[in-house]
Amino acid sequence: MKKVFGIFIAGFLLYACSGGTKENNANTTANSDAVSATDNSANPSYDPKRGEGKFTKVDIGATLDATMADAGKKVYDVKCSACHKLTTEKLVGPGWSGVTSRHAPEWIMNFVTNTDAMIDKDPAAQAQLEICLVRMPNQNLSDDDARHLLEFMRKNDGVK
Amino acid sequence: MKIIKTGLAVTVALATLLGFDSCKPKNAASAVSGDAAAKAYVAPGKYDEFYNFVSGGFSGQLAVYGLPSGRLFRTIPIYSQDPESGWGYSEETKPMLNTSHGYIPWDDSHHAELSQTNGEIDGRWIFVNGNNTPRVARVNLSTFRTDEILEVPNSAGNHSSPFITSNTEYVVAGTRFSIPMDNANGDVPINTYKQNFKGTVSFISVDKTTGNMKIAFQILLPGIDFDLAHAGKGPSEGWFFFSCYNSEQANTLLEVNASQKDKDFILAVNWKKAEEYLAQGKAQKVTTKYAHNIYSEKTHSATSTIETEVNMLDAKSLEGMCYFIPCPKSPHGCDVDPTGEYIVGSGKLAALIPVFSFQKLQTAINNKDFEGNYGGIPVVKYQSALYGEVPKPGLGPLHTEFDGKGNAYTSFFVSSEIVKWNVKDLKVLDRAPTYYSIGHLCVPGGDSKKPNAKYVIAYNKITKDRYLPTGPELTQSAQLFDISGDKMQLILDFPTVGEPHYAQACPADLIKKNSVKFFKIEDNANTYVSKGEGETKVVRTGKRVDVYMTVIRSHITPDNIEGIKVDDEVYFHVTNLEQDWDIPHGFAIKGNNNGELLVMPGETQSVKWLPAKTGIYPMYCTDFCSALHQEMQGYVRVSAAGSNVPLLFSTGKNLPPADSTAK
Ligand SMILES: [Cu+2]
Repeated sequence: MKKVFGIFIAGFLLYACSGGTKENNANTTANSDAVSATDNSANPSYDPKRGEGKFTKVDIGATLDATMADAGKKVYDVKCSACHKLTTEKLVGPGWSGVTSRHAPEWIMNFVTNTDAMIDKDPAAQAQLEICLVRMPNQNLSDDDARHLLEFMRKNDGVK
Repeated sequence: MKIIKTGLAVTVALATLLGFDSCKPKNAASAVSGDAAAKAYVAPGKYDEFYNFVSGGFSGQLAVYGLPSGRLFRTIPIYSQDPESGWGYSEETKPMLNTSHGYIPWDDSHHAELSQTNGEIDGRWIFVNGNNTPRVARVNLSTFRTDEILEVPNSAGNHSSPFITSNTEYVVAGTRFSIPMDNANGDVPINTYKQNFKGTVSFISVDKTTGNMKIAFQILLPGIDFDLAHAGKGPSEGWFFFSCYNSEQANTLLEVNASQKDKDFILAVNWKKAEEYLAQGKAQKVTTKYAHNIYSEKTHSATSTIETEVNMLDAKSLEGMCYFIPCPKSPHGCDVDPTGEYIVGSGKLAALIPVFSFQKLQTAINNKDFEGNYGGIPVVKYQSALYGEVPKPGLGPLHTEFDGKGNAYTSFFVSSEIVKWNVKDLKVLDRAPTYYSIGHLCVPGGDSKKPNAKYVIAYNKITKDRYLPTGPELTQSAQLFDISGDKMQLILDFPTVGEPHYAQACPADLIKKNSVKFFKIEDNANTYVSKGEGETKVVRTGKRVDVYMTVIRSHITPDNIEGIKVDDEVYFHVTNLEQDWDIPHGFAIKGNNNGELLVMPGETQSVKWLPAKTGIYPMYCTDFCSALHQEMQGYVRVSAAGSNVPLLFSTGKNLPPADSTAK
């Protein structure tokens, strides 16, 4: 895992030296967010609770927002259900049962929207990759999609 | 003959080299000077500066290269079935190859033309002609896919196509072979050519927003051969120019019989005038039949409609619309310079290049300075339209492109060279040998108002000894010349797909920013889409079986299917659930007398399968998609025609019964 991290940093430094534009950079993770990558190198203390991405603080209610959860179910059916069950059973990826207690809301939202960058550096995501061996596809969720999914996960975990 | 040609080419090459180089080159390869490699080098992972779209000739495709590297990025299937992408095999794309003659999975594509706005390349679409069964195609440059194919009626050998006007108002199509019109009795003796055979040029309008094409009108012309074309621009913007040969109206041994006259013609069409006549109802509605095929990005499928009518304007009876300009010796290229004032004709057999003046042409028309008429169309006096001639430029001039700095670059097939000359004073400035026998050539934007004159690319007909031999047929090839200085400098040879004819190039920035990365699954309106695994199913309707299937890294749903029977007609409708760039999945099933599918992220494509024998048929993903790609597979069980095996389908559930474990 350290090795992967090191390669990423090396790659990043090379990129910084080349002075090329983002588009010309032959980064393998085409969708990674260059801005957040910069933030990370400036501050190497990666926050494994928050993950990496645009979400720093996600407000969740004490009770469930049923409308959001329903919208999240629709996203799940189209884009997630092929690989994730709602139980603890692993399919292609881990089952979703209990995911909201394993990870903070910010981490979940960052992971589903900034998937490639997080697989490249997040310790929990990398540990999961070693189990599943399939990189989670970036499903290009909107911010709203991600928030709705989070609410659906909360519902799945018993929030009422 | 070929030996003589090649010998001549080498002689010219040596002569040229000796002219400005004191060292004595031993062979053609030493024509390359020291910094050529650096000029053509694009480091790994770096982008090229230009896209180069090169017609694929008899491959029926369009090839996309980067410049200056000459790297091949993609071959876009247009008129030909493509085993790599499933184009022409999938149910969704088959209608694109429909014609009034039925399904035709091949054509001969010669010319490519990028769409323009205000006379400059806008990077939206590229049009490509189909020669054999006359068609014009529009390729969408955000998806690099053919979005539309329109058949051209009353035409044969659609060669002078698909050249466009300054704002892409029209794409033209001129018939190479004159023929009896579609609504006439075509069952006539061939040697009645002069009575029964006619020519047409078609003006196809292009919708500004959708790009959709429509035959606005056709112009009925005498039976001769229309060859190439280019639109006027600037002062000549309302005009279109077509070269023509066989004014002898020969119907046999044209090699000799169509080379009798000293001059053939350039046809000048005042298309603004034609629009007026059309608006005044002067066109005749003519019945015919032609296919119009459109691919939709919403339904991810194509529809083919048979149209039955065109508007025909008769050139000989509508005054002021068409004029012939005499042009020496079987003209081929017909090119208009960036200012729109000069029209360059290139007689294949001529020892000079005539340059016509648009202004002089207008004066001659106003003064009725005609030497007579041909088929009822006024023929302007040669000298009255002529600006001047480039004397002894080389042998066999074909095509001319421009650099926007007052210079023209003309290809010479017989003497195998590019000749740079000044349009104003008609003086030859430089010549560069090509290896061998150049046909078309291209400067980025070289036929627009604003050329980007960094390179000229030669598309050669013969490569002979330039590449490792590959049996009797050698690779086709292009050569890249730096033209940023006074002298052309050869910097790269690169192989091409099919026989390259005309090509276009433009700055990559115009196109790359619009490139689609995936299709939004939410917007997928294919009749057979499965939006999520929950929607997958297998539906039997009599003998027809529809399999609604999804693929995602790295499994197929359903991946166990039973209850299919011999003589069923099975359709696999495969939806790719991925929403990420560059993650297509493929789909293939054993024994299918058909191609594969290659399904883009968010797209649905369908393949037909007619199982003929009972048994187990494996199916799998053909595009390496993940570490577990090789696991992306499944089985279909085919039972006898009368069997009562129930229809079953699932993924991950069809497990052995509890008592079946091996003892
Ligand atoms: Cu796959």
